[in-house]
Amino acid sequence: MIEVKNLHKSFNGIEVLKGITTSFEKGKTNLIIGQSGSGKTVFLKCLLGLFNYEEGSIAYEGRIFSQLSEDQKRNLRAEIGMVFQGSALFDSLTIAQNVMFPLKMFTKMSQSEMEDRADLVLKRVNLPDAHKKMPSEASGGMQKRVAIARAIVNKPKYLFCDEPNSGLDPKTAIVIDNLIQEITEEYQITTVINSHDMNSVMEIGEKIVFLKDGLKAWEGSKETIFRTDNESVTNFVYSSNLFKKVRKMYIEENE
Amino acid sequence: MTYLQNIGTYFMMIGEMFRKPTRWSVMKTLILKDIDDLIVSSLGIIAFISFFVGGVITIQTALNIDNPLIPKYLIGFATRQSVILEFAPTFTSIIMAGKVGSFITSSIGTMRVTEQIDALEVMGINSLNYLVFPKTIALTLYPFAIAIGMFLGILGGMVACSIGGYATVDDYILGIQTDFDSFHVFYAFVKTFVFAMVLATVPAYYGYYMKGGALEVGKASTSSFVWTSVVIILLNYILTDMMLS
Ligand SMILES: Nc1ncnc2c1ncn2[C@@H]1O[C@H](COP(=O)(O)OP(=O)(O)OP(=O)(O)O)[C@@H](O)[C@H]1O
Ligand SMILES: [Mg+2]
Repeated sequence: MIEVKNLHKSFNGIEVLKGITTSFEKGKTNLIIGQSGSGKTVFLKCLLGLFNYEEGSIAYEGRIFSQLSEDQKRNLRAEIGMVFQGSALFDSLTIAQNVMFPLKMFTKMSQSEMEDRADLVLKRVNLPDAHKKMPSEASGGMQKRVAIARAIVNKPKYLFCDEPNSGLDPKTAIVIDNLIQEITEEYQITTVINSHDMNSVMEIGEKIVFLKDGLKAWEGSKETIFRTDNESVTNFVYSSNLFKKVRKMYIEENE
Repeated sequence: MTYLQNIGTYFMMIGEMFRKPTRWSVMKTLILKDIDDLIVSSLGIIAFISFFVGGVITIQTALNIDNPLIPKYLIGFATRQSVILEFAPTFTSIIMAGKVGSFITSSIGTMRVTEQIDALEVMGINSLNYLVFPKTIALTLYPFAIAIGMFLGILGGMVACSIGGYATVDDYILGIQTDFDSFHVFYAFVKTFVFAMVLATVPAYYGYYMKGGALEVGKASTSSFVWTSVVIILLNYILTDMMLS
């Protein structure tokens, strides 16, 4: 469980996050949605401690990040997995070495134990025989899956994904979404995903936080997002005709 | 003002580099890889340049000594002095600012723009220690490469001398032994070591703190080369003034 209270963040005097309060539950896929520039990435990077913020607090299971000592921060970070927007695989390492990297850094596992664990998670993301490839030899979708494998290899308690399926074809995107959701449930991880993809919202949005201009404009789930009258949400969601139709069908179906 | 800020950030980077060290088992492989990338792979070009520039220095000196009263062994003496004092430490380092420096800037810069550095930080790894420290350690071997350059420069002079018939090999060898001052060698290696540290850290600074995308990586490599050279030239002046005059 991650609790965020009154988070403020500005760059050069311009406020990007204007006081966000919300919480993300364990074992659930939490989505942060909003238009480009609404502050999703900045919010996620604050959660990760990559950005300092002026005001507010972020608590991981009650541990307030800004009050932790350097050692405690390091321990907390070993519990975090992150999938970056561009995968951010280490391009001098093979796929298997990328996946084993967190184990090498933070555990006392032997080489063969690490290899076994990497095998396991690479199978989990449907990449059973890509070990020896370099990241540059893998497709975008494969890279995303390797990034997910690397993020979960050390059994994180928290998983963050910045637009995990942007730039992927719809089918691969859904495979990745479902993969993240399954992993979240299976290992009881607190997962936070940035997205502006309505497909993902409908597939895996167990909790949805809608950001607009640095404020939380709405909060709900994939069940409630089609019922809300909140104007900024409907503007965002129904910018595509397809979803107007989906909404109609959805409401009829559930009436 | 921004210059002062940059210099401040640079020294903070150096301090940060030693905090929270990476596991030795991992660091060891990083250092070995950087020795290979930065030192071993530069030996060829250092050897090539040193040998031929040594030859050229010899020819130039020989052609400029047309007074029959000046003894021939001075050719060897002049070559030795130029190669050891200036050519091998300074001139080679400027070339390395282009080769090693732009390699360091572009590899770290690429990691910055592709969020690989963020990925390290998120995992709780001190990315400066992980990226810059092994390069700094690898470059402590740089004086060995320069020693090879010195040797080959003087050897190149000897070969040029005997091919061109400017002096006998015996004269040349006599020349390189004349008035040998070991302090000069010490001075040359102090310089080399300082330049090695500049070669590791200034380009790393330009890569690590860059912003933007692929285009900016290229620009960062260029400014890294310019500033690394400027710093080397300035330090060369300061060290020479301090140690020799
Ligand atoms: N490092 C930074 N320095 C200054 N301003 C920044 C920085 N990072 C983000 N911003 C600003 O913060 C605002 C929010 O950006 P952010 O990247 O969080 O948007 P986003 O919601 O992730 O958009 P997208 O969906 O396009 O990724 C933008 O106006 C951006 O210009
Ligand atoms: Mg973003």
